[in-house]
Amino acid sequence: MSVGGINVLVDETRAIQDGKRAPLLSVRGVKTYYGNIIALKGVDLDVHEGEIVTLIGANGAGKSTLMMTIFGSPRAREGRITYAGQDITRVPTHHIARMSIAQSPEGRRIFPRMTVYENLQMGASVNGGTHFKEDLDRVCDLFPRLRERLYQRGGTMSGGEQQMLAIARALMSRPRLLMLDEPSLGLAPLIVKQIFSVVKELNERDGMTVFLVEQNAYHALKLAHRGYVMVTGTITMTGTGRELLENPQVQAAYLEGGRH
Amino acid sequence: MNAPHAMTAGTAAPATARYDWGAALKDASLAALVTLGLCIPIVLLRTDQGAGVDLLLRPRIGMVASFVAAVFAARLLHHVLLARRAGRPLVEQKAEVRTTPNAVPWAKMGLYAFMGVAMSFPLIVFLIQGGLSESRYWVDLGILVLTYVMLGWGLNIVVGLAGLLDLGYVAFYAVGAYSYALLSTTFGLSFWICLPLAGILAAFWGMLLGFPVLRLRGDYLAIVTLAFGEIIRLVLINWVDFSGGGAGISSIPRVTFFGVPFSADEGGFASLFGLTFSPMHRVIFLYYLILGLAFLTAFVTLRLRKLPVGRAWEALREDEIACRSLGINTTNTKLTAFATGAMFGGFAGSFFAVRQGFISPESFTFLESAVILAIVVLGGMGSQLGVAIAAIVMVAGPELLRNLGFLKAVFGESFDPNEFRFLIFGLGMVAMMIWRPRGLISEREPTAILKERRAISGSHVKEGHG
Repeated sequence: MSVGGINVLVDETRAIQDGKRAPLLSVRGVKTYYGNIIALKGVDLDVHEGEIVTLIGANGAGKSTLMMTIFGSPRAREGRITYAGQDITRVPTHHIARMSIAQSPEGRRIFPRMTVYENLQMGASVNGGTHFKEDLDRVCDLFPRLRERLYQRGGTMSGGEQQMLAIARALMSRPRLLMLDEPSLGLAPLIVKQIFSVVKELNERDGMTVFLVEQNAYHALKLAHRGYVMVTGTITMTGTGRELLENPQVQAAYLEGGRH
Repeated sequence: MNAPHAMTAGTAAPATARYDWGAALKDASLAALVTLGLCIPIVLLRTDQGAGVDLLLRPRIGMVASFVAAVFAARLLHHVLLARRAGRPLVEQKAEVRTTPNAVPWAKMGLYAFMGVAMSFPLIVFLIQGGLSESRYWVDLGILVLTYVMLGWGLNIVVGLAGLLDLGYVAFYAVGAYSYALLSTTFGLSFWICLPLAGILAAFWGMLLGFPVLRLRGDYLAIVTLAFGEIIRLVLINWVDFSGGGAGISSIPRVTFFGVPFSADEGGFASLFGLTFSPMHRVIFLYYLILGLAFLTAFVTLRLRKLPVGRAWEALREDEIACRSLGINTTNTKLTAFATGAMFGGFAGSFFAVRQGFISPESFTFLESAVILAIVVLGGMGSQLGVAIAAIVMVAGPELLRNLGFLKAVFGESFDPNEFRFLIFGLGMVAMMIWRPRGLISEREPTAILKERRAISGSHVKEGHG
């Protein structure tokens, strides 16, 4: 048994002692390499059921790498990732996607030549379209703009609408854990607000667990229950959203220049 | 180049756009000058054999002048056309955008129209030519075109839908052809048993090719598939015991009407149906055979596009990473695309073998792959109708250009149109690349449309950037 495995056991014991359940997603000592270059230098991170957890950090800190590593591409060379008590470190990506984890990847990655409707169909391919109509109505209620544009090609929509589509597509698989990679990237403040309020709604109303990777530290930390700060492949700080917002180091590094 | 149309577009002129004649004339003169420069070494002097062994130099000033004038006129016309497009008022452009959703049923109607014409083609030819044997040339041409339509539709699954650039498609065509040829000559199996076997074998080879190239995309994939096509051909040439080598396989059994041979004697097709024997019966049967196979390809493709696997192919073409994170097994998706495409290539191959009665590796060169790929790209990737039109243009086009006899009236008796047909064909290609760079039909049809259309739906809304 690896060191990571023992860590998980220790954590689980500690969690039970604290009267809490084991985390939904736990990352222990994960190291990821691109060729010979190390991108993640041993990351530990927990996401509990019903939480919004955010990961903030500068460009190139490894935030997106961590998110992709959880999804199995690239693979963690060391360490261990467990989801709902199951080790997913070596599980193929498309199997992970079928374990009720959904991801809206960096840069949205919608299918530009397919219609919004078809994009959403692709999102539902995990559960074979058994409750497609119902889910379609649900995401269209969350993002009314998408209902207007169901038969428009994804690539012809504005950036904000594409981001909505990316989130909606991820929601089509009815995830327990929703992972969002920079949903605010390149969007107008008003649309960012709208998207974040949807995330909040999903969490409060449906009890969905959300893991949010963000550059927009102020908004993300305000929204999140807990946050992690990542610097060049390691977690340097963790705490509740409020604690991190008030931390002078965080303020200096990520919040300087205004709360927008 | 100083393009006047760009200027008129830039100045945001009112509805009646001013046209800058000076710049257009200047540009056309420049083009004419370049032509003159090119013509002096190439066209101006012609060497003719004199009375003895000596060569005579004959200047052809008239010809040079006509070339220069032609280029000048063409360039000027080009400018006028472009300026008219740029100067079109905005209102008109909006109307143009609004018509795009109608393009969807239009494409479907076009496909049905193509099917109708293809079904009745032998009859039409028979009526025009006034006899069975007189229409042989045309029906043969029809068979050739349909073979390429089918190959195009087959490759369209791999290239157009799944976005995997395959330069070695002819390999599966060869596998299909050799499957039928070898199975029928060695084991005496009939065509109708060999046809599905050939499809299965080709699909198997498609998977075999698929495995090593799973991680490749774009140019790299193209190179490996190209090599695969060449390997199959070289094996067929060199493995003489198996395939007969470069000499090929001859006397492959002819097609039968579901067991009834097309022969003149008792028990043949003609006597069975009380007809007078004609070799054209077999040709027309072959025509409908390939038509049926091509329709099968189109039908299966249209159905698959609506199923999860077809949608997964298209999604794979758009974004592989997104596919994987949505729980799609990209390995299986790619392999099914290769296998399905290869299977139809195999069907077409065994048809080729049964039609020709003789096959050799000569028929399966890289050029064939290139032609099939050109058909798919010219037609517009993923478009069924586009591929059908492109196949007609690419295959029947050069053939029909043989019949340019009327040009003799213009250029004199010594003019041989055959020498010019590829020039005309090439010009057509260049024109295509200028005006329709994404293929004849580049609009992709959505696979799912609700019955009710909403007010702001489809491609009504112009492209936006957030």
